[in-house]
Order: sequence, then C-alpha cells, then structure tokens
Amino acid sequence: MAKNRRFNPDRDVNPWKGAYRPYDLAKEVIICFVVVAVMVIGLAVIFGSPDDKAVTIQRWSNADQVDFATTAITELDGTSGTATYGPPYNSTPDASQKVGPVSLESIAGVHIPVNPAQDFVLGPLSTVPNAPVLNAALSAYNAASSAQQQKWDAAYEEAVTKATVNNGKIVVPAGDYGPVAVMISSLTSMAQSGALDTSMINQDHFYGTDYTKSLLFVADGTYFANLGDAHHLSGGQWGMMNETGSFPGQAWLWLYTMWYQVWPFTSSWEPNADALIWALMMVLTLILLLVPFIPGLRSIPRWSRIYRLVWRNHYKERRI
Amino acid sequence: MNDAREPESVTPAIHEEDSSQWTARIRNSLVRALPPERLIPDRQPSYMASWIYIFGALTIAALTIVILTGVVLSLEGPMWWHLSSVGLFVNSLHLWSVELFFFFMVIHLWGKFFMAAWRGNRQLTWMTGVITFAVSIGAAFTGYVSQTNFDSQWIATQAKDGINSTGIGAFFNVMNFGQMLMWHIVLLPAGVVLITGLHILMVRRRGIVPPIELDENGRVVREAASDTSVSTNEEVAV
Repeated sequence: MAKNRRFNPDRDVNPWKGAYRPYDLAKEVIICFVVVAVMVIGLAVIFGSPDDKAVTIQRWSNADQVDFATTAITELDGTSGTATYGPPYNSTPDASQKVGPVSLESIAGVHIPVNPAQDFVLGPLSTVPNAPVLNAALSAYNAASSAQQQKWDAAYEEAVTKATVNNGKIVVPAGDYGPVAVMISSLTSMAQSGALDTSMINQDHFYGTDYTKSLLFVADGTYFANLGDAHHLSGGQWGMMNETGSFPGQAWLWLYTMWYQVWPFTSSWEPNADALIWALMMVLTLILLLVPFIPGLRSIPRWSRIYRLVWRNHYKERRI
Repeated sequence: MNDAREPESVTPAIHEEDSSQWTARIRNSLVRALPPERLIPDRQPSYMASWIYIFGALTIAALTIVILTGVVLSLEGPMWWHLSSVGLFVNSLHLWSVELFFFFMVIHLWGKFFMAAWRGNRQLTWMTGVITFAVSIGAAFTGYVSQTNFDSQWIATQAKDGINSTGIGAFFNVMNFGQMLMWHIVLLPAGVVLITGLHILMVRRRGIVPPIELDENGRVVREAASDTSVSTNEEVAV
C-alpha cells in the first residue's frame, strides 16, 4: 500500500534496498536464554529472596497489647481508619477521594462491606465459649443506648492511652467504662491465644483465602506501621515499591511512588492524592501508548540524535 | 548426489474450488502475512548491528524463566517456599527473573523509543509493547501481594488506597489473597504471554525499523526526500 503524502521522518520509512546479512535467530534466542538463566541463578544464590514472617493478630497483641487495645476500642467506637474509610468498605460521608467533582470510589460504592465494631470486636467476642463474665458484659453493652455506649467507649479510649502492662496483663486506670474494659480485655486474651486470627478469617466458612478484615484491623494499629517504618517501607520512604531488606522490590513503580513525595501531592491536594496520582499515571500511560501519533513527542528521538549511536555503522558506511 | 526434485509439500495444495472456504482463506491470509522466511528469518538488514537489539530477546528469555519458575512454585502450592529450602531457592529464581525481565524490558522500550521504532506503520507494534509493560506491572504486583509474608501484607495495605480511589478496588481486592493469586497465576500471565506473542508477530510481520534517514545536519537524505511515494508497509526482502 502506498500513499502520496509528504515524507515525515518521525512517521515514515523508505523500503530498505540495502544489503542483508546472515542472522541466526535460533542461536540468539538460545544464547540469551542461557545467559539470563546463569544471571538468575547467580543472583538467587548470592542474594536469595526476602521472607519476613507475616504479622498475625496474635503476634501483634503479644508484642504490644496496649496498641492492640487502643486500636480495638477505636474499632468499637467507629473512629478507626477502617471505620471511617468510606467505599468500598463502608459509607462514611465525605470520605471518598475525588478528581475534581468526580469520585469513582463513590460510584463503585460499598462492595466489600466491613463493620469494624461487629466484624473485629463484637462478632469474635460472641464466639468465646464458657465465658459468663464476658457474656454478661456483651449483653449489657448491646442493651445500652447508643449514647451510653459512646460514653463508655470514649472514657476507655482516653484511659487506654495511659494503660500499662503488669504481669502480662493490660492495666487501665480506674474509670467508668461499663462493660467495655471486660470486652477489650477478653478480646486481647482471645487475640493473644490466636483464636481471633482464626475467627476473623473463618467468619463464614471453613476454608479461608480472604484476609481483608484481618489486614484492615492489623493495619489500623501503630505496631504494623512501626514495623513498616523500621523496614523503610512507609509512604514517605517510597513505600510499596520497596521490600524488606535491601532487595530492589518493584523498582518499576518509581514514577508512581515519586508523586507521593513531591508538591502538590504533599500539600493541600493530599486528601485526594491517591485519586489524583492514579489519574495522572493513567494520562501518562496513555501518552506513552500514543507516542507514535503525538507530534512533537514523536520527534524527540530525532532531536536527541541517540539513534545515530544505534545505527552508527550504517551512517558511517553511507557517509551520511 | 544432488536431488533436483522439489520437496513434497507437507500440506496439500488448496484446490481452486475450495478457495472460498473460511479455513483456506484464513490459512492463505496468514501465509501471506507471515511466510516462514519472515516468521523465522535467517537474514536481517545490514543496519541491524547494535547491542540494543539484544534486549528484546533477553526480555523474552527472562519471561520464559519467570514462567518456568512460576510453574514449579505452582506445582507445590503457595506455602511451599516458606517451608522448604528448595522452595525458597525456586522463589529466589522467580524473583530475580522478574527483576531482570523488567530491567531488560525497560531498556528495550527506551531503545525502541530513541529509534522511533513506530515508523513505517509499526504503531501497533509499539502499542502492544507498552500494553505488555503495563500488564506485566499488574502481573508482578499481584505476585508481590501473594507472597503470604510481611512484604505482601505491607504492599497490599499500602496499595489498597490508590486502587480503591479509582473505584477498581471494589472489584479487585488486593487484600483478598485467593483473588490476587488467581490473577497472578492465571489471568495476568495469560495476558502477558498473549500480548507478547502478538508483539513478536508484529515485529516479524513488519521487520525491524530502518534507520532514520537524516544526515548529520538533520536534513532528510536525498533518497528519502525524492521519494514522495512513501511506503507505509514496506516489504522485507528476505
């Protein structure tokens, strides 16, 4: 197919009428495979791969039971990160991120419902067998008015910041917490035994492959965040593109991660930073995809003259 | 002794009366688009003489090792590599082949960018390459959140906010291990392999892009400038 139009060096080529040389494709492919295999084996032998154990709720509650109790009460009173997250977990007003007036998060809606008070605290506690004191506390809490529940929750939430650990038990200063102190203490014991991990994963069925609720709970605590900080993995440290140790991680996410480190995404745009950075990355990806059609952008190779290095022998032979 | 006879064709000739068959039409168009000497060439234009050309093949080699090591990990299941030194080593092979895959692919991509490799009706070749890169990022990401260790916990809880903000998180739950593992070992690898295959076929179909015909001063060389009948689908005379 030939079209009569002006030759554009950024778009068109002339049919190659020059020489051809032997080219052993099969040999190239096999040699490349062997070379890469040797490199991979060498890197695997020398560096291995990271495998830090997952944080369980049991490990968290034993390592820092004050943080666990502090997080648990925020789940119960609805002030935790998960409880106030918005879609897709719950319908907290004004929690969704927006690009301009559009909130795709809200449009998608609540598709993975999570009720932290019920899913993380009340539900698991209701499965504890042979616990008359706990059962009485749960009955009292459930029977109380919403205002009374909030009063107990708020009092405990304030007191737990001054809590200490004595002989392996959390000690909260005396106060009017109603049944909440018994409930959080029981939840802590349940967590320390490992029963809470099992309860949260197997809420509906025997087999479990969905760790959404467990992870949300763990991620609400500062213990998990502190571990991330210690492993240089938090958002301000280029976040999820890293891995524990000195492994390269997902280095190809550098551009996406970079935006979280720079203005304006660190300033007044921060509440919508995720949505704005994703929108920006989608636009940049689309531009990369459509480079062949974008005047100016497709001329960069010609302007850069790097191509003269690639084809230096060709230009030398042709004296051009 | 030389044998002057023509070798017998493996496939029987298409009879004239069968030429309207769908099968015959498909085969004819495939053979026309990709005759064997173009599909698996043994000669290339003389301008193909640079190390940059090797990075496409290196990317394919790394992808092959990614898949092979992934298959071995699949045979034993997702917890094997935590419990066995052999499993840990295979996981290390899988990890480093992924790292090299992206390293080679990015160099290949920028090499092709600075060669303006989309010229001569090769836009789709470029575009399938970019799509492969994007789908590969998804394939690698789902692998990172399927590790069932601290890294996967951290990456999933960090990544959820970005993905949720797009609305996609409602349907693509990075904290649902079962869902992520299925995407990682079935859907996304199938996508990467399929699009990579298309990309390679397009490279073979169009041949490698000729040099930019400009002189040292950036002027179009006479041969190109005088040719106003521009080929956008040049034949590769192999």
